[in-house]
Amino acid sequence: MSEGSAAYRVERGTRASRYGALVAVAGLAVLISLPFWGGRADMRTIVEIAYYLALAQLWNLLAGYAGLVSVGQQAFLGLGGYALFVFAMNAGVHPIAAIPLAGIAAALFAVPTAFIVFRLRGAYFAIGTWVVAEVYMLSFAQVSALGGGSGMSLPAAVVKGIAQGRMWRESAIYWTGLAIAVGAIALVYLLLRSRHGLALTAIRDSEAASGSLGVDNFRTKIWVYIVAAFGTGMVGALVFLTKLRISPEAGFNVVDWTANVIFIVVIGGIGTIEGPIVGVIVFFVLRELLADFGSWYLIVLGGIAVLMMLRAPQGVWGLIAERFDLRFFPVQRRLVFDPASFSFVADADKEGKPEP
Amino acid sequence: MEWLDAIIQGILLGGLYALFATGLSLIFGVMRLVNIAHGDLIVLAAFLGLAMVNGTGVHPLLSLIVTVPVMAAIGYALQRGILNLTLGRDILPPLLVTFGLSIIIQNVLLEVFSADTQRLKAGALETASIAIGDQIAIGWFPLIVFLAALGVIAGLQLMLFRTRLGMAFRATSDDHRTAGLMGIDNRHVFALAMALALGVVALAGTFMAIRTNFSPAIGPARLLYAFEAVIIGGLGSLWGTLAGGVILGVAQAIGAKFHPGGQILAGHVAFLIVLVLRPNGLFPRTRDR
Repeated sequence: MSEGSAAYRVERGTRASRYGALVAVAGLAVLISLPFWGGRADMRTIVEIAYYLALAQLWNLLAGYAGLVSVGQQAFLGLGGYALFVFAMNAGVHPIAAIPLAGIAAALFAVPTAFIVFRLRGAYFAIGTWVVAEVYMLSFAQVSALGGGSGMSLPAAVVKGIAQGRMWRESAIYWTGLAIAVGAIALVYLLLRSRHGLALTAIRDSEAASGSLGVDNFRTKIWVYIVAAFGTGMVGALVFLTKLRISPEAGFNVVDWTANVIFIVVIGGIGTIEGPIVGVIVFFVLRELLADFGSWYLIVLGGIAVLMMLRAPQGVWGLIAERFDLRFFPVQRRLVFDPASFSFVADADKEGKPEP
Repeated sequence: MEWLDAIIQGILLGGLYALFATGLSLIFGVMRLVNIAHGDLIVLAAFLGLAMVNGTGVHPLLSLIVTVPVMAAIGYALQRGILNLTLGRDILPPLLVTFGLSIIIQNVLLEVFSADTQRLKAGALETASIAIGDQIAIGWFPLIVFLAALGVIAGLQLMLFRTRLGMAFRATSDDHRTAGLMGIDNRHVFALAMALALGVVALAGTFMAIRTNFSPAIGPARLLYAFEAVIIGGLGSLWGTLAGGVILGVAQAIGAKFHPGGQILAGHVAFLIVLVLRPNGLFPRTRDR
């Protein structure tokens, strides 16, 4: 066996991942400098792309890796949005500092929510999460201190407290958006490369087998659910910091915060980190193209997602990765054989001793 | 007396919810498929009824002669053409495909019929009622809906346990591979189950359209009511589904008495309470495998 150990090595990085990282760093540097040379409208669009990218990564972590197909992530998005308003207006917290606090608030709500929805499995879990999101929406509409059904606006004094001058305020929100998108990708990537990631991949492939090998399936899934709620809550805070106004209808909207995100992930490629990135690009391109056609935009998007699921469930990125063997975010370990020691295998064959 | 009245109205409303839920329960029982577009198909049936009534001027209940077979045909084609391709070990494809269909149906209805709220007019039937004592009156129409729910469920039970088709449904439900070996064409059986489910959906959609205002956007809420009735009653049990619908209807009626905005919330909360106390529902027959 000592000969055998020299014959291969285990690798994770790929050439694409090394060059990709360089390109990504350069691209990010350009994006960070954008407030100094770009237009306001560009910044707004990029923030929107950033928060959809973060939502897509988080939903993909839930559905693509942990097998938790949630149709109720709008619950945590709305909670995060409301938490931002409460922290900034009632507690006087700086709005940017309130964003991570809003994430924590959403995660705290996720604990009792998980206790209820984890009683349902598979497809029933999906609809159960939706019911819970509706309960949050209907409950927030009853709280008159939060503006009831019509919602509330962020006071100008709070908005002015973000930074001196309009340019710095918009830049602060813009950079926060970039940080949340990069943070979401980094979170999912690092989580998947850790031993918890190994457990998640095992659960995705076979729940029974991973359980029998000592993975605590339930605990792992609960943690993923809470982490996703934390991230989604932060995104919610960012979303409503850009909109400056929140209502139960807008905060807990299933089409905006879950349907669009599901379409992004399914079209891009579920169960990969690259997939949501590709999906978000497709989503925004389609939105620009179909901007004048009203609800046809959602019909086309839904149609493409259904077709992808039927004909190419691995998504656009899956097709590209298969064709060109590309992996920008390698999470799986790969065996690389050293060509020089292949003779060892051939020798063993000649002697007629099969390898154990 | 006011409370007794609320409970009676709630029970009758539960009949409508049971009709919403029967199709969902049946297709879950036969092929373990959870159809997220179910609520939007109910609304589609309501709009088909509306188009029929507006086009020909017939009574809404008479329009069922056309809408039931049309919806059944849509169900057969939908299952044969799309949903059969998604069935397998992985739960993602059926879930995401029906979710996509839900968004598509909603927005097509929005394009064709606009976002206006609509109502099917049923003439004198809408207001006719039977007076019981001085304070309680039972509307003829809610009573008809409730009796229709009883009839549909009794009929489905008879079909499931007394006919060859029912035997095929139960066989594929238990083990579709072995059923296939015995000469059952699963694709055809699944499509027939979906046709039957959408036939019931046509009935439910038309009743809903006579009872309340509707618009293209209300499908998802109907899906949630149907789902809650199925889970409260217990998976795979049609009589349980009826009980689930009634519990949901009563909870909503009582919630509405407490607070004008509390109707829907009370229904959801009743569902969550049952889920916490009895995760398998009140009368489970099938385990979710």
